[in-house]
Amino acid sequence: MTAPLLDIRNLSLAVPQGRSSFPILKDVSFQIMPGEAYGLVGESGSGKSVTSLATMGLLKKPLKVTEGQILFQGRDLLKLSRREMRKLRGDRIAMIFQEPMTALNPLATVGRQIAEMYVLHQGKSWAEAAKLAIDALASVRVPNPDRRATNYPHQMSGGLRQRVMIAMALACNPDLLIADEPTTALDVTVQAEVLRLIRELCAERGTAVLLISHDLGVIAEMCQRVGVMYSGCLVEENETRELFLNPQHTYTKGLLGALPRLGSRFQHGRSRLVDIDSIIPDRSILTQTRFIAPRPEVAQ
Amino acid sequence: MTAPILEIDDLHVHFPVTGGGLLGTGRKTLHAVNGLSLHLNKGECLSLVGESGCGKSTTALAVMGLQEPTSGSIRFRGQPFSGPEAPGRMDRARAAQIVFQDPYASLNPRQTVWASLAAPLRLHGVTAKSEVEDRIATMLKSVGLSAEQGRRFPHEFSGGQRQRIGIARALILGPEIVVLDEPVSALDVSIRAQIINLLLDLQDQFGLSYLMISHDLSVVEHMSDRVAVMFFGEIVETGPWQSIFTNPIHPYCRRLIATIPDPDVILGRSRKPTDGEQPDPPAGWRFADTGLESPDLTKKPDPSELVEVEPDHFVRLARI
Repeated sequence: MTAPLLDIRNLSLAVPQGRSSFPILKDVSFQIMPGEAYGLVGESGSGKSVTSLATMGLLKKPLKVTEGQILFQGRDLLKLSRREMRKLRGDRIAMIFQEPMTALNPLATVGRQIAEMYVLHQGKSWAEAAKLAIDALASVRVPNPDRRATNYPHQMSGGLRQRVMIAMALACNPDLLIADEPTTALDVTVQAEVLRLIRELCAERGTAVLLISHDLGVIAEMCQRVGVMYSGCLVEENETRELFLNPQHTYTKGLLGALPRLGSRFQHGRSRLVDIDSIIPDRSILTQTRFIAPRPEVAQ
Repeated sequence: MTAPILEIDDLHVHFPVTGGGLLGTGRKTLHAVNGLSLHLNKGECLSLVGESGCGKSTTALAVMGLQEPTSGSIRFRGQPFSGPEAPGRMDRARAAQIVFQDPYASLNPRQTVWASLAAPLRLHGVTAKSEVEDRIATMLKSVGLSAEQGRRFPHEFSGGQRQRIGIARALILGPEIVVLDEPVSALDVSIRAQIINLLLDLQDQFGLSYLMISHDLSVVEHMSDRVAVMFFGEIVETGPWQSIFTNPIHPYCRRLIATIPDPDVILGRSRKPTDGEQPDPPAGWRFADTGLESPDLTKKPDPSELVEVEPDHFVRLARI
């Protein structure tokens, strides 16, 4: 049995409010194996992004970890100093954000922004790093990488910018890539290309992926295992196929039924989409049950 | 056969762009919409599908009278709806309304919902207080909100509720055409389902004709009666939803359908209509563009026309 790369144990987050506190994450536990693609689905406010920010050590006040551990390669990230965390971030754990325009520095060329990764984390000279940056752009299939390296973010389309983000994130061959809604801002055809790129590059390098999305189709396409988050709880977790074919939790069932499926109208006629609020008027009961399927034994 | 409620004929919308030459010598024209013809029948939902920048929103703005067409005509119930003979703003408002994509940006934060709904009524001559109250309360009820909630400000509502308010505002004057500009793409999955259900119910209830703009093809398949696929200012394929989704022909349309991440297809429970080979164009025709490269929008495209391949199913082809 291999040790998990990322092991989040009983993580709880809260915003202090006077003497009490408002819970944001409640007892979330999951593991990501080396090289595995793990998906977190859920609606806005369910806590999926906050989970990833906690892993990156980017939680802002007033959010506070009230309980739990985030073990990355056996080390508890919550106990690391800011300096140690900064060394790890970008090098061993990297992140791709949703909106590449706001995540990139508008005042630096993309070549320089990628080169910075090599200078900061690998101690390369700027000249060397600039060459590596062009290679990195080529690896994410940006056409004319040497010319594109001199571009500023505003000179690029959304799809290209997201490729630059991927090049930056994968520059130091991280062990874990966190992708928070990486394609939500993109057109469908561009989305398909960007997803394929992430999948292929990560498979090639053995990088594990934590993919956060509200789009069940994207999750199904990318991930081996999926966790469903609702209201700060991980309510269901299973292998992707099992979760889609055989959802156990009422919320997961509702979520899957709320989605218009391609081809279903042709086969079954137009049926009403499931309205979660009408099946479960009191949503607070949803967090009382959890279905976490055990991981299958790794075939020897 | 009744006449269509909205007819768009050979619509062109061009924008001047500077080509970077000295003294304006490099001035070029961007063909945002290039010879688009469409019709919308009473009570149906027609979806315009395509990538950002393909001209679908420009088309919608032209229908709403917010963008003057360069040439071509838009007719509403046979009467001109664009150009010099177009009706005034007031008549237009009673004929067509729009629901915007972002319910956070499209409501006035300083106006209560009630005020946003009462203003158009007063402008259109409904001044009796009891009638205004009545119509607003009924409208709020049809979109699933209570009359009491109308007294609140937009920031007190969730995204889904705001989109309900946006819909109520569009419907308060009883328009016949509602343009839906990405009505659910800013919403969460479960809220999306509620709004889609609501839009379909309202369409039935009021006999509305929808012109929907969307890039989410699974929503389009669920809601539409007919679909028009746009690629760089032109319609490349149009037809009843069954034809578009079971027998897509144009390479771009097929690529669009092939790239939707659909859980059922990925898990092998169903097949996509695009799994097979790309069908050949009918004899004597070729595809004018493959949909793989973006054409130069400042140049006139090669001549091509929409050819009927099945009843009411048209594909853009060029003669060999």
